[in-house]
Amino acid sequence: MTMAADRRSPGSPVPAAEPAEDAIVSQIAAADARRRLRFRSTFILTWILVVGGLVAFLVAVDAVDLAWLQPWAWFIVGGVPLTILISVVSIALAVVFALLGAMGRISTVAVVYALATLYVSIVRGTPLIVQIFFVWLALPQIWPGFGTVDLIWLAIFALAFNYGAYMTEIFRAGIQAVPRGQREAAAALGMTQRRIMARVVLPQAVRIVTPAVGNEFIAMIKDSALVSVMGVQELLWRASTVGKSKFHTFETLLLAAAVYWVLTMIFSYFQERLERRMARSDR
Amino acid sequence: MVALGDMVIEATDIEKYFGSTHVLRGVSLAVRQHETVMLIGRSGSGKTTFLRCLNFLEEPSAGHVRLGDLRVDADPLQREGRARRSQIRRIRTQMGMVFQGFNLFPHMTVLENCIEAPIAVKKVPRKQAIETADRFLEKVQMIDKRDVYPSRLSGGQQQRAAIARALSMEPKVLLFDEPTSALDPELIGEVIVVMEQLAHEGSTMIVVSHEMAFAREAADRVIYLEGGVVVEEGPPEQVLDEPRQEATRQFLRRFLSEGARAPTADEPHPVSPF
Repeated sequence: MTMAADRRSPGSPVPAAEPAEDAIVSQIAAADARRRLRFRSTFILTWILVVGGLVAFLVAVDAVDLAWLQPWAWFIVGGVPLTILISVVSIALAVVFALLGAMGRISTVAVVYALATLYVSIVRGTPLIVQIFFVWLALPQIWPGFGTVDLIWLAIFALAFNYGAYMTEIFRAGIQAVPRGQREAAAALGMTQRRIMARVVLPQAVRIVTPAVGNEFIAMIKDSALVSVMGVQELLWRASTVGKSKFHTFETLLLAAAVYWVLTMIFSYFQERLERRMARSDR
Repeated sequence: MVALGDMVIEATDIEKYFGSTHVLRGVSLAVRQHETVMLIGRSGSGKTTFLRCLNFLEEPSAGHVRLGDLRVDADPLQREGRARRSQIRRIRTQMGMVFQGFNLFPHMTVLENCIEAPIAVKKVPRKQAIETADRFLEKVQMIDKRDVYPSRLSGGQQQRAAIARALSMEPKVLLFDEPTSALDPELIGEVIVVMEQLAHEGSTMIVVSHEMAFAREAADRVIYLEGGVVVEEGPPEQVLDEPRQEATRQFLRRFLSEGARAPTADEPHPVSPF
């Protein structure tokens, strides 16, 4: 193994080393690798010690009754598929709202611009929990038909409507980040505004906003817990319902929190990989 | 050189204000088929603005542009709507433009860049669009890079691909807006060669550039703009070597002394302003 394989700088040319130099270079590389490995293992060890120690401590002092939790744990974790389903569908729908919103926010038609701006302003100016209550309780009062809609759909709608407003600004910024020359080049070829948007601007804007949308998705996983107030039987609802009825909320909420944490870590990992891959293909 | 044909494009009394700044003060230009016209002038002279007015990337404040049987008038108050926009698009499909910054679509391969507009705008069948694009990619010697994304190309390659993209629409006129200004010096040549070839084969071209060698080699006519008016125009050897106007002389003197040209023995070394 030469140092070329260890060094993380594919761009820098590796000079052909003399044999004597080669020895010192590989020694340095090995030392570097050892240092990195030590850092990493210390990092992981610290996490395990702190988290594991905390859990062990809580069990030891009888704050956490693992024996009690065990039969309920599967029921609580069984809420994960619904949590993920709500998050995925909501973010997808939010992207649609955001696209429409962003189109409105860059529109030169005053009414369209006004409506889009109003949407963003109202949604960002009121608490998400109020919006959820509104969709769940207030709307069915004035429009009974709304009450017959499946709760899950109401939950998804409330989350998507809210996130769509925040993501409207993300998409608007992404669209405006596409260089003006791109639009000009397309216009000079005789393309219509609609076509330019669909074929030239949006594909580039989507790549620009992908990391930000990833962040929104991770935030959505956590905010999806809010719809438990509606009685949607996702992760938090199961944890709090079981916990409250058996006076074991500490165990159930701790479990729910841990599951949310793991979920967001998993998606952060994939998001990081995606970002790195996109950054590479840009070059 | 190909003999000049009929009038292809005619811009009449083009005026342009940016706010209260009067950048173009009535510039007219008529270009015949197979003709190559070069616009020169210092920065701020209005040459790029004029070029961009020809395909309405910049809205002229007064005047009109005629291309074949199409005529579009300036509409500074934006009274006209859809019909005018579609007229402008029709003019644009017949006018290819090459930009200083290339402006290739980064999410499309070179070939996709070249077939996008023919398929979308001219409704050319895909197969035929590819054939046409390949022909032009061959001409600009980019055929081996046809499936590559622009980010993998050098500036010179990108600009040649951009020329192929413009050609793929089979336009009546090609507009070049400082096509070599963003290029490293060693890459300018490959773009100029392509442009000269096009000019010699009879393309109708309007070129804004500082490449005087190109003007001498390929231009039929050189126009010197200053302060938004045409100061002087004529064949390159006349405008560049025996300018009649003092303004042209001054521009050329300064321009050439700033250029890389080494001073000859009987010519005093230009005094650096610094």
